[in-house]
Amino acid sequence: MEKRKPALNLTGVKKEYRLGSIGGHTLQEDLQSWWAKLQKKENPNLKIGQKAHLICQRFMVLDGIDLTVYQGETLGIIGSNGAGKSTLLKLISQVTAPTEGEIELFGRVTSMLEVGTGFHRELTGRENIYMNGAILGMKKAEIDAQLEKIIDFSEIRPFIDTPVKRYSSGMFVKLAFSVAVHLKSEIIIMDEVLAVGDMAFQKKCLKKMSDIAKKDGRTVLYVSHNMDTIRNLCDRCIVLDSGRIIYDGETEQAIAFYMNKSIRENSVDMDLLQKSHSSGGVDNGIQMEHLTLLNKEIPVYTENETLTMLLTLQTSMPMKNLYFRLTLRTDKDVGLGTGWSETIPELHPGQTKILLSMTLDSLAKGCFYASIGIYHNDLSGNQQILDHITRAFKFEILGASLWNIRAHGYIHLPEICLSIQDYSPQTTNKKLSGNR
Amino acid sequence: MSTLPYYKKISAKHPLFDLKIREVWNYRDLILLFTKRNFAICYKQTILGPLWLFLNPLLSSYIHMIVFGDIAGLSTDKIPKLLFYFTGTAVWGLFSSCLIGNSNTFVANAGLFGKVYFPRLTVSISNVLSNGIKFVIQFSLIIILILYYVIKEVILPHWLLWFFIPIILIHLGLMGMGIGIFISSITTKYRDLSVLVSFGVSLWMYVTPIVYPISQLKDSLLKRIILLNPVTGPTELFRYIILGHGTILYKSLFISWAFTLIILLSALIIFNHVERTFMDTV
Repeated sequence: MEKRKPALNLTGVKKEYRLGSIGGHTLQEDLQSWWAKLQKKENPNLKIGQKAHLICQRFMVLDGIDLTVYQGETLGIIGSNGAGKSTLLKLISQVTAPTEGEIELFGRVTSMLEVGTGFHRELTGRENIYMNGAILGMKKAEIDAQLEKIIDFSEIRPFIDTPVKRYSSGMFVKLAFSVAVHLKSEIIIMDEVLAVGDMAFQKKCLKKMSDIAKKDGRTVLYVSHNMDTIRNLCDRCIVLDSGRIIYDGETEQAIAFYMNKSIRENSVDMDLLQKSHSSGGVDNGIQMEHLTLLNKEIPVYTENETLTMLLTLQTSMPMKNLYFRLTLRTDKDVGLGTGWSETIPELHPGQTKILLSMTLDSLAKGCFYASIGIYHNDLSGNQQILDHITRAFKFEILGASLWNIRAHGYIHLPEICLSIQDYSPQTTNKKLSGNR
Repeated sequence: MSTLPYYKKISAKHPLFDLKIREVWNYRDLILLFTKRNFAICYKQTILGPLWLFLNPLLSSYIHMIVFGDIAGLSTDKIPKLLFYFTGTAVWGLFSSCLIGNSNTFVANAGLFGKVYFPRLTVSISNVLSNGIKFVIQFSLIIILILYYVIKEVILPHWLLWFFIPIILIHLGLMGMGIGIFISSITTKYRDLSVLVSFGVSLWMYVTPIVYPISQLKDSLLKRIILLNPVTGPTELFRYIILGHGTILYKSLFISWAFTLIILLSALIIFNHVERTFMDTV
């Protein structure tokens, strides 16, 4: 088999940022600090209570990355916020330099860290194509050769000679994306730029991206939080966590690894006092203190399982007519539904543990956030929030492998009943097709 | 592997004297486009458009004529006042716009620089180029004025020395760019400097023989300062060539060139150093 050629190679790359406020000082302040340091005096610009070592505290955003990406590969990069994804892309696109280590690039890099970088509002679409192409390292002749293709792909030919300040944001994205994918660069970096633009165009872009990787042998690096696009586009995937690569391999497995990890971070035993409560700003005499998901080590359920919770309540006065309420939202923050408990029996001052359970058979698949609250129902039927925690916990339902969330959604609808109302023998059918 | 056309190695350590001139050359199309853009957007949505190129120096020349010529009564060494002030304003305009335009390169372009890599020097060079072109356009007006006064036999230019003019322009442009990018490299960390720039530049103009001829100065500390001023040499040479009046200040010219080369080299070194990580501090 032919040996694969590398497109980029990172060895021991580290990037360090300093914590606290740096830069943006005035020259005078820096000189003062420097003078004080020389005289071994206390720095006059430290805030009271701020310790000297905090200023110099360093933070490794990337902590030793070793990575080789081969030509024609589409590499997905996933990881939670702050894992270092964007910093990695910035280093590869040479926006900033690494603190340690080496990056070797075997080709030109086109980066789309943001939509329409380098577009100037006053210039027309056509002028901006040239501008953007040149910024991304193309020669004028190369742009000339691609111009028609770029305009065709962008679907905005009628507006190509209008200043881009009159463009809609969708047109902007289309043009910017078209320029980027038609450049003759060997490595393309994309950072969730596809989030904009309509569905049809997104699809077209994804197809184009996998085309340029498979047919032209160009290398694509793609960062996204949208696992579906990663799945569609990438044939290899790395998972970043606190500046290190914790998984490198086949996409499906990488996603599973990442999902498992992020769900594991959510424990089944939660100290609710540390979460932010909303109770209308007053002490209502009741607070949810602790929540345990019973019979579980990680908050992952299968269909038809029962969600069982043990909730600890702290009350400072006797209370009646209380309800427990649970609202579910999807991981894309779409409200799904709400359930109420039966009335909680009268509570006496002190600590009470209540056991709650709910079957999950209507939920099909996905990650869900649960917001929980204690409500009071007065005699006229008005509800009053006593204590509420938004996104108190998160759980996942594994669901059937054939169930596609994008196509089928998150919940099982009630079964559809059917009965045959009318039947005609096959001869009528033949006649019909004969008439055609 | 290193023979690949676009191979590039980025390491944590950067050689001090690697000025990446070759890379800038590879991006020459971008320099031209930036230059074109500077013109295109400069006069969009204005009524007079490119006419402002002439109106700007004309108006400030008239102001100088009134303030320094009429009110203060400064002599212009028998050179027609309009021509004297106009040449001064145009030359100073070239230098100061190169300086000011480059002095905020990093901060003004932070949005673009933070998203995509290209040699940052292209922005500076195109800035100098567009100021140079503006000067050439203004110079056409100067030529018309000169021809008018030559026909009236008021002035006698040193025609043979005219081929030195491009060198003077390059000299002034490089000096302005050098100081400008020096400042812009430092302003990524210390913003106070950007406030000082406009103030400093207008002060600088008054220690340069722009609104007065050097012959009017008595021997004093001030005259010595003015002769040390690196802009004095090229300005006087420019006037000497096109107006045929004045002296060539060889010492000032030498100081000026030495200053330009030193500031340009050190500015490029600092600029290349700052360019690598400025996104983290801006």
